[in-house]
Amino acid sequence: MRRQQTNLIARWLITAVAALVIVPIFLVIGFIFYNGVGALSWEFLTQPPRQGMTQGGIAPAILGTIFLTLGTAIAAIPLGIGAAIYLAEYAGDNRLTRAIRLAIVNLAGIPSIVYGLFGLGMFVLFLDYGTSILAGSLTLGLMTLPVVISTAEEAILAVPREFRVVSLSLGATRWQTIRHQVLPHALPGIITGVILGLGRAAGETAPILFTVAAFYLPDLPRSIFDQTMALPYHLYVISTQVPGMPLSLQYGTALVLMLIVLSMTIVATIIRTAMRRRREW
Amino acid sequence: MNLNSDSARATLPDRAEQAARLIRATKWDEFIIENAVRLSGMSAILIIGLIFFFLLREGAPTFLDIPLRQLGGSRWYPIEGLWGLAPLLYGSILVTLGATVIAVPLGLTTAVYLGEFAPAWQRELFKPLIELLAGIPSIVLGFLGWVTLAPLVMRLGAPTGLTAFTGSLLLAYMALPTIISITEDALYAVPREYRDGALALGATQWQMVWRVALPAARSGIVIAIMLGIGRAIGETMAVMMVTGNAANIPELGLGAFFQPVRTMTATIAAEMGEVAQGSMHYHVLFGVGIVLFLITFAINSLATKLVGAGGRRRGGGML
Repeated sequence: MRRQQTNLIARWLITAVAALVIVPIFLVIGFIFYNGVGALSWEFLTQPPRQGMTQGGIAPAILGTIFLTLGTAIAAIPLGIGAAIYLAEYAGDNRLTRAIRLAIVNLAGIPSIVYGLFGLGMFVLFLDYGTSILAGSLTLGLMTLPVVISTAEEAILAVPREFRVVSLSLGATRWQTIRHQVLPHALPGIITGVILGLGRAAGETAPILFTVAAFYLPDLPRSIFDQTMALPYHLYVISTQVPGMPLSLQYGTALVLMLIVLSMTIVATIIRTAMRRRREW
Repeated sequence: MNLNSDSARATLPDRAEQAARLIRATKWDEFIIENAVRLSGMSAILIIGLIFFFLLREGAPTFLDIPLRQLGGSRWYPIEGLWGLAPLLYGSILVTLGATVIAVPLGLTTAVYLGEFAPAWQRELFKPLIELLAGIPSIVLGFLGWVTLAPLVMRLGAPTGLTAFTGSLLLAYMALPTIISITEDALYAVPREYRDGALALGATQWQMVWRVALPAARSGIVIAIMLGIGRAIGETMAVMMVTGNAANIPELGLGAFFQPVRTMTATIAAEMGEVAQGSMHYHVLFGVGIVLFLITFAINSLATKLVGAGGRRRGGGML
């Protein structure tokens, strides 16, 4: 029959196209791993760059990225979870709520380079923090906020209504119910969202270009008002701005950055899967 | 409420007084927390307002001091004071268009495969994998494009490997996770009865997908494409590394894809580091930022409107 043949051909084509999308993901990860793993060494991970960055390691960049990620967490988590609680538990179906949701969608859609401009205009210049870890963390934090809000809200909404009904009927107040019934059950989901958001922030380059990233700075920052090197920017610098850079160091840097970001993504995925299996409802 | 044994011995009015005080204290707590939480909710609006305000504050001179006719011009030569935004807009649109043409068919088909055809074990394996792709930093993909993809494109016969096409290819892969996951959600939301009905009438699986599931998921697919475009037009580092950054407008035609272009995002990223603060160049770069902000704002607001006001509510909302 013709239509059975069409069906078969469609199946084949669709499978082939899906393979065209999925196989390169393995290739990309495998390729960077294959080319970068040779550069990894104790020295590479623990030493500052030397000889115009063509030798030595990337330790200041790794540490800088860790500092920035911590700063991002401090900036984004309280505000993000607060907003998620508001949207899930308090907000009515009114104009304000719709405006907040619209704002969150748009925050998520603003290009990262525009966040960089904003960070430059507000934190670096207007608030006079200078190019500093503080300015960079706040910029990255605001960029991460929509991810944290929407995943945390999802997690809170996934807690069954009955939990709230029982708690309220026992005389608990709204906040007591949220604090003792809703949040503990939503916590794994919230953590997943936070880690995903932070992973993305750790890999971002554009927002830190003008707010914190240093081209070459072998000394570690002493305070949050100092500049720092960061892995994504360092990779950009050594692959396009420094002539005569050994390719192995470039691949090595790309690999370290990818491993940090992917391991965060994987941890988040594992928490989510484990949570789904263990869910009590 | 723990009225302790002391209070049990107290007189009735005392106990009432005590209970009232407790309730007042709890109410006070509730009041503080409720408002703190409400404020963090409203902060989203405040932040987007602040972003727009600071872009305007630094970028306004672009639109006040430079005649519009010059801004629409086709020459971007900051050193000579020529601020034609057309080549940058053109670069962004060309690269995004190319990425959309590549990513939409690939993304929709992959979503159909994962949602309708793939066996369960593949779905379990590939969905997190696609999330992993979304997690790879754009600078890493840009680096890969720079060292591997660009030479390949050059071998195709382009004069240089750093072209709009190279950028489109990279951007397509970066937009794919967005398109795939939203399309898949849309397919998933199509009621089971629709599929069963079609299959019961004797439709093949492909007929069911093509005639029933995809049309039913239409609005979700449109949103997926729009958000994918929004993602592509705002991408910075990867595009900057592989598109060659030449601010010119090549002749229209397919050949245009194989010439270097310069996008709005790349212009900001590449030039902001070198300009003097407060110079016209500095202001114009913020002006470009305003244009980008408005474009993505329009795309995302429209997508939100398409989703409709009927939000999904499950457990929350406190009754």
